[in-house]
Amino acid sequence: MSAELNLPARGPRVSMGRFVKAHMREYGMLLSLVAIVLFFQYMTDGTLLQPLNLTNLVLQNSYIVIMALGMLLVIVAGHIDLSVGSVVALIGALAATLMVRLHLDFVTTTLLCLLAGAAIGAVQGFWVAYLRIPSFIVTLAGMLVFRGLCLILLAGQSVGPFPVEFQRLSSGFIPDFLALDAFNLGKFHLTSLLLCAAVAAALVAMNTRARLRRQSVAIEQEPLPLFVAKNVALAAVLIYVGQLMASYRGLPNVLIIMSVLIALYSFVTRNTTVGRRVYALGGNEKAAKLSGIDTRRLSFYTFVNMGVLAALAGLIFAARLNTATPKAGVSFELDVIAACFIGGASASGGVGRVTGAVIGAFIMGVMNNGMSILGIGIDWQQVIKGMVLLAAVTIDVYNKNKA
Amino acid sequence: MDSILERSSLAMPILEMKGITKTFPGVKALDDVNLSVREGEIHALIGENGAGKSTLMKVLSGVYPQGSFDGEIRFRGQPQAFRGIADSERQGIIIIHQELALVPLLSITENLFLGNEQASRGVIDWDAATLRARELLRLVGLHDPPETLITDIGVGKQQLVEIAKALSKEVKLLILDEPTASLNESDSDALLELLLRFKARGIASILISHKLNEIAKVADRVTILRDGTTVETLDCREAVVSQDRIIRGMVGRALSDRYPKRTTVPGEVLFEVKGWSADHPAHPGRRIVRDVNLTVRRGEVVGIAGLMGAGRTEFAMSLFGRSYGRNIRGQAFLDGREIDVSTISRAMANGLAYATEDRKHLGLVLDNDIRHNVTLANLKGVAKRWVIDHEQEVQVAEEFRRRLRIRCADVFQETVNLSGGNQQKVVLSKWLFADPQVLILDEPTRGIDVGAKYEIYTIINQLVAEGRGVVLISSEMPELLGVADRIYVMNAGEMVAEMPAAEASQEKIMGAIMRSGETLMSGEALP
Repeated sequence: MSAELNLPARGPRVSMGRFVKAHMREYGMLLSLVAIVLFFQYMTDGTLLQPLNLTNLVLQNSYIVIMALGMLLVIVAGHIDLSVGSVVALIGALAATLMVRLHLDFVTTTLLCLLAGAAIGAVQGFWVAYLRIPSFIVTLAGMLVFRGLCLILLAGQSVGPFPVEFQRLSSGFIPDFLALDAFNLGKFHLTSLLLCAAVAAALVAMNTRARLRRQSVAIEQEPLPLFVAKNVALAAVLIYVGQLMASYRGLPNVLIIMSVLIALYSFVTRNTTVGRRVYALGGNEKAAKLSGIDTRRLSFYTFVNMGVLAALAGLIFAARLNTATPKAGVSFELDVIAACFIGGASASGGVGRVTGAVIGAFIMGVMNNGMSILGIGIDWQQVIKGMVLLAAVTIDVYNKNKA
Repeated sequence: MDSILERSSLAMPILEMKGITKTFPGVKALDDVNLSVREGEIHALIGENGAGKSTLMKVLSGVYPQGSFDGEIRFRGQPQAFRGIADSERQGIIIIHQELALVPLLSITENLFLGNEQASRGVIDWDAATLRARELLRLVGLHDPPETLITDIGVGKQQLVEIAKALSKEVKLLILDEPTASLNESDSDALLELLLRFKARGIASILISHKLNEIAKVADRVTILRDGTTVETLDCREAVVSQDRIIRGMVGRALSDRYPKRTTVPGEVLFEVKGWSADHPAHPGRRIVRDVNLTVRRGEVVGIAGLMGAGRTEFAMSLFGRSYGRNIRGQAFLDGREIDVSTISRAMANGLAYATEDRKHLGLVLDNDIRHNVTLANLKGVAKRWVIDHEQEVQVAEEFRRRLRIRCADVFQETVNLSGGNQQKVVLSKWLFADPQVLILDEPTRGIDVGAKYEIYTIINQLVAEGRGVVLISSEMPELLGVADRIYVMNAGEMVAEMPAAEASQEKIMGAIMRSGETLMSGEALP
């Protein structure tokens, strides 16, 4: 494979219109989120993006987003996991038992709980991947079993409160190293703003480097004005959100955990061999297998991964409520799965993006939050959310068939 | 008997197909084909795989509706314009496919009347259905209770249920597509007897079969197709038609230079398989591959000839990381050293690659673009540790696009939108990038046009010029003769002959298959 490559100096010229059309599915989702945010911002007279509410929005949705990362891999691999809501409850109960009843410290408890999540994922993954039982059935059984175990563990009662260090997982904020009052900023959380600005700068730098690399081998297709506009918008949103949150109490710890995980999973799915193999597995399991991929082991590990993330979500949720209850996490699995599908994942596997799932989760989250502020009852909220899910997927399928 | 013969030889044609031409994008599947079937005769339709038999029957049964082909169909004297299977069935033309269309977990009765239930106003009359089913089963000589589930009876009996189903629709012309391919000797005989009984009742049949001895037994006339055209129609009742005569008709075509010249001279033995056997995955004990030995030398193209169902794909897949079958036994050697081929990744690590015959289901991830499919079997080749180098990946895909002349907008195009020939080139690229020592190509040119075929032969020549070995499984004998250095002939899971391509001919290969088929027929080797 050492033939000379005589690539043209420039990539294929693509007009702006054609490029946007070809990538409409990616941008469409993001534009929908922006539209929904602006809609509720207007309808709630600006309450939606008030610093306090924005912080709450992040706290309320963090566990859904975190589970959506794992669920996306499960769905891309061609499976489904219905048990995550029950796992959230069971892990919360386990954490309460270890910390409140047995007085273990929170680090040990966290590690044990994540291990338990891995074990739960491993058991379900074994049944799906090696015993070839459809994941829908295995995880439906898991949903019942883990909910039952949670009830047993808690003896039907709520257990709390948790130690303060543990609560910080969910209700804590990053410390302000620059709490100088030199600029007369009052309570302003300068570290948070600077952190957001730094992340924005890093992202723009990375995007630019990637663009230059693609140009050097002539495979860049995105028109320059679009690239600039995209990066300016990205940086502006990040700094704006940072400024909003800084004017309340700064960035929540959960947001940091969530952001790191989003970056990690985004990288894994796009840039690693494991990620690529998961897509091939979901796209055509037989072809993947005949290409030397151990499809069973891969399926197995997507469930282990899901278990760990569900356990983490369980810890965050328990810390947020400051109590473990048997009713925790009811119907979370539906929100998580809906987030993936709104974000463009295919129910038949092989298709889906981490960023899409995250955007999907926030679309659901913003709608929940916005409708609650408007005082719309839980009854109509469900009707509207269901219709949004159906509409989003219908538009997606329609666009795909047209393309 | 005499009166029937007399009548059939004088009889009017019940079916006349004239000047049938059917074109698929890039391929002319049928070119001015004529077929005439007389009332009450058994008419055999034979030809190599890909000669156009199935396409012709799909035209006749309305699977390809009127307007999608040129030519005229007259049935019982009337011109016909079928728009679907329902139209042809209404006229009494019933086709029984090789893959039976029965629902395994429903009973015989339920299957017999599927879509044609014995019902009034949507309510099924089970008593009437059972009585009618018994009568139909008696006609085909099947004595199982009608409430038996299809899954509980053997393939031979399932075939009879299909025929009974045809009878329930007042069949006038029965078409059987290789009905005995999966039957044992006694079931085959029973089926042929049944055809003769139908003939006595005035029902005409078209019998598609590769088994020439069966045709000699029951057929009144034989029509031979080759490369989508009618070669000739022979009357078996006027003069005895020998099997050699039929084989000559099937394969007798001039080989033009459709194959690029190769100068590579095979070297020492590169790859060797000894005593390879495998059982059917669902039926342990049913041997599909028996004691196969094979050698491939460096720079050599080894062909494996055989009819469909001979066990060639099964052999290749069981060899490639046990991806088919169970109870697999045998040894594989590379450069004289025994190698482990027990999983696909080990087989690949030991220099083996297998490019499937079923590129859509087993070869490609159709939703993914060309680039991702090309690197799938060798992701490490474009990655540092775990991280994929996207730019390098694009360069690799570009290189194969140029080298194999994959016709596409760019390497970011989804493979689902490519033509068959270009899809095949993507599959080949994937395996070339995996850099194997021995590449097994299973029907690499099936369903692709002549130009793309030539390019694939050129790639094969390049591979052996680099000192690799190629195993070419093909059902097209001219291709094997034109491309291979040495040819193995496989039948019923066994290698029944081996010959240098220079000494081989289509008659010799067909002859080897037929002879081995007859020894099997006489009942020594089959369990």
